[in-house]
Amino acid sequence: MLTIDAAILDAIVAHARRDHPDEACGVVTGEVGSDRPTRHIPMENSERSSTFYRFDAMEQLRVWRDMDDRDEEPVVIYHSHTATEAYPSRTDVNLAAEPGAHYLLVSTRDPQITEIRSFRIVDGTVGEEPLRVVNATVDPVAVQSYMFGQTPVEVDYECRA
Amino acid sequence: MAIAVRIPTILRSYTGGEKAVQGAGDTLGDLLTDLDTRHPGLRGRLVTDEGGLHRFVNIYINDEDVRFLGALDAKVADGDTVTILPAVAGG
Repeated sequence: MLTIDAAILDAIVAHARRDHPDEACGVVTGEVGSDRPTRHIPMENSERSSTFYRFDAMEQLRVWRDMDDRDEEPVVIYHSHTATEAYPSRTDVNLAAEPGAHYLLVSTRDPQITEIRSFRIVDGTVGEEPLRVVNATVDPVAVQSYMFGQTPVEVDYECRA
Repeated sequence: MAIAVRIPTILRSYTGGEKAVQGAGDTLGDLLTDLDTRHPGLRGRLVTDEGGLHRFVNIYINDEDVRFLGALDAKVADGDTVTILPAVAGG
């Protein structure tokens, strides 16, 4: 299960919408071993593509060093799909190199509804996991546009069968 | 002569869990060959069968991307830090 703060999820969705029709990508770091994503870092997609993403190599070096200095790790690695569902593509699976991270997929193919799903990708195997949103204190009407079900303070998504 | 090499999580199975190891060589290619003598298999994750750097691995010498320094021919020297990071990429 990925537990993530609503404000961070909002910022990720805003980033994905802003960069559409290009894929957006980024990372949410957290204290090593905590499994709590706390610091959202939108990254530049050096491919500037609607079908591919890659973190800019120099930006990645700076961010990864900064993480080391803060005793943090990449808890969430996210990117958007701009024309397909929020499910890891074959390329996503082949290139996934952070077995400890939650891979968050955001689909912006529908202008009104944002689909968000979370996965583990380990040794070429994809496993979907529930996504739990906490501190969802923002306008529930606004939230509804990209959440499938909710309560004011906590949202649980179940994996699709 | 020692060059510090920082190893990403996914490759630490080759270094007994160590986050950083030391090696020697005049070029990045030499350094990776040297590392492979003590950490067998590591080089194969970074260098293709054709002898080039894997496209989705980033290697830096100090603060520079080796792709702009001659890739495996890039010069390394005692005191340098080499950082290996898997690219974060997908489709």
